[in-house]
Amino acid sequence: MNPNFLDFEQPIAELEAKIEELRFVGDDSEVNIGDEISRLQDKCRSLSESIFSKLKPWDIARLARHPQRPYTLDYIDRIFTDFQELHGDRAFADDKAIVGGVARLDGRPVMVIGHQKGRDTKEKIRRNFGMPSPEGYRKAMRLMKMAERFQLPLITFIDTPGAYPGVGAEERGQSEAIAKNLFVMADLKTPIICTVIGEGGSGGALAIGVGDNVMMLEYSTYSVISPEGCASILWKSADKAKDAAEALGITSERLKELDLIDHIIEEPLGSAYRDVDQAAINIKRALTDSLKNLDQMGLDKLLEHRYQRLMSFGEFSTGG
Amino acid sequence: MSWFEKLMPSRIRTEGAAKGNVPEGLWTKCDKCSSVLYRAELERNQMVCPKCDHHMRLGARARLQSFLDQGQLEEIAANIEPVDALKFRDSKKYKERILQAQKATNEKDALVVMRGTVKGLPVVVAAFEFRFMGGSMGSVVGEKFVQAANVALEQNIPLICFSASGGARMQEALLSLMQMAKTSAVLKKMSKRGVPFVSVLTDPTMGGVSASFAMLGDINVAEPNALIGFAGPRVIEQTVREVLPEGFQRSEFLLEHGTVDMIIDRRDLPEKLSSLLLMLTNKPAN
Repeated sequence: MNPNFLDFEQPIAELEAKIEELRFVGDDSEVNIGDEISRLQDKCRSLSESIFSKLKPWDIARLARHPQRPYTLDYIDRIFTDFQELHGDRAFADDKAIVGGVARLDGRPVMVIGHQKGRDTKEKIRRNFGMPSPEGYRKAMRLMKMAERFQLPLITFIDTPGAYPGVGAEERGQSEAIAKNLFVMADLKTPIICTVIGEGGSGGALAIGVGDNVMMLEYSTYSVISPEGCASILWKSADKAKDAAEALGITSERLKELDLIDHIIEEPLGSAYRDVDQAAINIKRALTDSLKNLDQMGLDKLLEHRYQRLMSFGEFSTGG
Repeated sequence: MSWFEKLMPSRIRTEGAAKGNVPEGLWTKCDKCSSVLYRAELERNQMVCPKCDHHMRLGARARLQSFLDQGQLEEIAANIEPVDALKFRDSKKYKERILQAQKATNEKDALVVMRGTVKGLPVVVAAFEFRFMGGSMGSVVGEKFVQAANVALEQNIPLICFSASGGARMQEALLSLMQMAKTSAVLKKMSKRGVPFVSVLTDPTMGGVSASFAMLGDINVAEPNALIGFAGPRVIEQTVREVLPEGFQRSEFLLEHGTVDMIIDRRDLPEKLSSLLLMLTNKPAN
């Protein structure tokens, strides 16, 4: 078992290891094994296709938090130019679980905000595992208002297990910080495009997730509570996370069906980390297409559309 | 034991489901000072212990009755009912949970909205019924809140909301989460139009409710000793692995940290809120 791969990825990983081995042999022997390699590569591709065509919600939940999954800064590097990170909430601290700044998208200045997880242990801790504190949300709000002031479209990337549940976070008003962002984004006078790139963890995700166009990468998730959290409360056992993942409908496919998101961005075969460049190209295309549409709407119509969209959320009956 | 009661630390459990099913007794014990209290007297005192002033939980209708002036109350959005859009099923079907809660509370969902007057001032008031699935916010709560705000906007009268909720309703999954955005958006509209919103945080106000409209009052008021926060104390304890300080996430803690404007005794709310609202709406004092 290679710890860098999930259980359902193991057969693919093994086959890939075999191909690598053959390639190594191929380099220093005179036997022509090119045919064998390409046969195995075909097999690997079809194996991946078959495994990835029947992923369950719980598999997707784990792909969304895959140790190799690209994070916000990986995408910012590939999608934008001239990114200049802006720090701090001007009141308390700079929360490294949220990054933001100005950048250019195909030459056009935009404001970018995203959750940021860490890759190695040290960075994970520095980034608090992508779980923002109030100052992170307040930094985000500062940048949102700046985007409005300078008429920069706002582009957000969502990837968090949730807002940080800690003593300090409560003392400094975690609830208020999240609520205020929802309040501000509802009426921010600039186009907002939100993309869930990994985990969309509840209020901590929504706090930078109210927009005109909400998109999800194919293997990302968006949920009111983590499958584990839901399982331990409703099933009284965290082992039921698999069932909870089904019931909660956390996948892009299900949420598109429910009309809670607007667009699914396709990922490369084997998920985004297999080909980060391609994933970034797909996201960039979706962003530019979306921005083009939003530009055509004009600000008044855009805000009215955003408001009506928000008001339309919910399923209920009116009796009778 | 319901999921929500399991979630709450034992010290704030007041009306267990089991107790609630038993015919109402003549006597109730105060959760705080353990005094044995005559139920009718306690109810007259709006469920505030006459001995130690402990604020026990108050149901939505009792809350509205005691807060608003006697007289004509008009219920708003009474026809909105929950549906199981996701066919959600855990150990029990969501549909069954709804029916059970409706039977136990006589409410269609966890929020009741009325238009009335408080000390003569016309207002729209929303109150949570905590006994309805822990006051959790799903589509119905979100929609009723928005309709309440819309009446306030149309008639240009203040909106007051008494929150008592464990947060977003898991059984409606992302639909519940989106109610946070929906309710916050309507408050933005009210704010732009200068129609006041007073949020009264009562025990408990947590999660998705506290992280949306409940914290967005022009004035945030808390009842004494209410548990108010984003994450539940148990979740925080598990995360930080230390025992939480006494009084953590209680109203007095929030006041100290600048999250709420004031703490008001339940029995003084009509007087104090009407006085505040008269000033905010530029009207002469009563």
